[in-house]
Amino acid sequence: MNYIESVGQYFMMLGDLFKKMTKGSVLRRLIIQELNDLMTKSLGIVVFISFFIGAVVSIQMALNLSNPIIPKSLIGYAARQSIILEFAPTFIAIIMAGKVGSFITSSIGTMRVTEQIDALEVMGINSLNYLVFPKIIAMLFFPFLIAISMFVGIVGAYLAAVFGGFLSSENFLLGMQQDFIPFQVAYAFIKTIVFAFILATVPSFHGYYMKGGALEVGRASTTSFVWTSVIIIVSNYVITQLLLS
Amino acid sequence: MVKVENLHKSFDDTAVLKGITTSFEPGKTSLIIGQSGSGKTVFLKCLLGLFEPTEGDIYFDDKTYNDFTKDEKSKLRKNMGMVFQGGALFDSMTVFENVMFPLRMFTKMTASEMKNRVSNVLDRVNLHDADDKYPSEISGGMQKRVSIARAIVNKPKFLFCDEPNSGLDPNTATVIDQLIQEITRENNITTVINTHDMNSVFEIGEKIVYLQDGLIAWEGNKDIIHDTDNEDLTNFVYSSNLFKKVRVAQQKGY
Repeated sequence: MNYIESVGQYFMMLGDLFKKMTKGSVLRRLIIQELNDLMTKSLGIVVFISFFIGAVVSIQMALNLSNPIIPKSLIGYAARQSIILEFAPTFIAIIMAGKVGSFITSSIGTMRVTEQIDALEVMGINSLNYLVFPKIIAMLFFPFLIAISMFVGIVGAYLAAVFGGFLSSENFLLGMQQDFIPFQVAYAFIKTIVFAFILATVPSFHGYYMKGGALEVGRASTTSFVWTSVIIIVSNYVITQLLLS
Repeated sequence: MVKVENLHKSFDDTAVLKGITTSFEPGKTSLIIGQSGSGKTVFLKCLLGLFEPTEGDIYFDDKTYNDFTKDEKSKLRKNMGMVFQGGALFDSMTVFENVMFPLRMFTKMTASEMKNRVSNVLDRVNLHDADDKYPSEISGGMQKRVSIARAIVNKPKFLFCDEPNSGLDPNTATVIDQLIQEITRENNITTVINTHDMNSVFEIGEKIVYLQDGLIAWEGNKDIIHDTDNEDLTNFVYSSNLFKKVRVAQQKGY
């Protein structure tokens, strides 16, 4: 019953979020701040993880392709497919649920505990719009981060495969271009936008409606990470079923 | 003026406020006192509109909150200042930005006008050289001053304070009390303070409302609180040894 109530409360939050918009000049400033906190500060970890996961994907592929009938260029093909279709959009979204999601939940939760949200409400400000809307707008830039992740992941795969001595540069690039379907990139970005919305709103929900003190802020962050990850994985399945099958 | 008529507030089956009727006048500091769990914070949150009353009316200048149109409600909110127990300052903003926040949100003042107003208000609360500091970098007393500055920067008609002295040393607490009283008188603000601090009661209690089990058990001011025949109030006010001795001294005519 509690879960159903929470789902209802989440959708009501989404409705309230767009009522009574915050003053434009203030909103602009908040969006820039959120872009810095949520996107720019995540760039380092995304690049780092993408590079090494891309490298590992190609090494794994190379080591498992022992059959001489299968062309080595398949390593490039498989690296591209796995990075573009799943690794960059989904895996990075899960990483972001931990990094950005926890940050959002704990920062809003702390504002709740220290009555900063009450202060906004007393002033007649729609605190949901003030706190959550700029995060949604900032997270719309998530596809750019994913595009960087895709690029760096493929570079990592290329370097590991070629300099690891598994195949030649030409072979890798040949595989990379093999059977390329542009819609698959569109599919990856469509689900990235959905994940971005989930990443902005689900952790905000857990922070905004939390009750208690500092300990509960920590608990809310953990719960937020679990639920954000679950919702991302389920919606990944639904989107894939709708767009690719 | 703020007037409250037959105010009830319940949470599920638990009645917290059981029919409060009182009024708070402009230019006076009114205190709500009572033991923990007596309903003080709920009462204050009802006045602020953070809790919706289960029954009863709250009048702001002879108009109930429910009668206000959406625009009027929004205007009323801009006329309210609130000093929260913990300050409730925005962590991500400096002292100057915190105080400027209501102006930036609700006025069309130019940047220089806002800066002037904020500087004046910070001077008024005796807060100097802290403009660029973040709330975590200043003391509890300074945080309270910033909170007061933020509450009055937009020249509110109503000022609400939730335990403004909690966690402060007696000297700073007295300074904060006097500051609130001076600001209330200077600007003819209707000020309502929720407090546990008996120093505040004797210092600035121009009107005192004593809550007990969700009801007003006594109403008066600092000059007549000594003469109360309400035993619970007497026990509450004179619960500290110091005040007990003061009372004995007063009764002996010292």
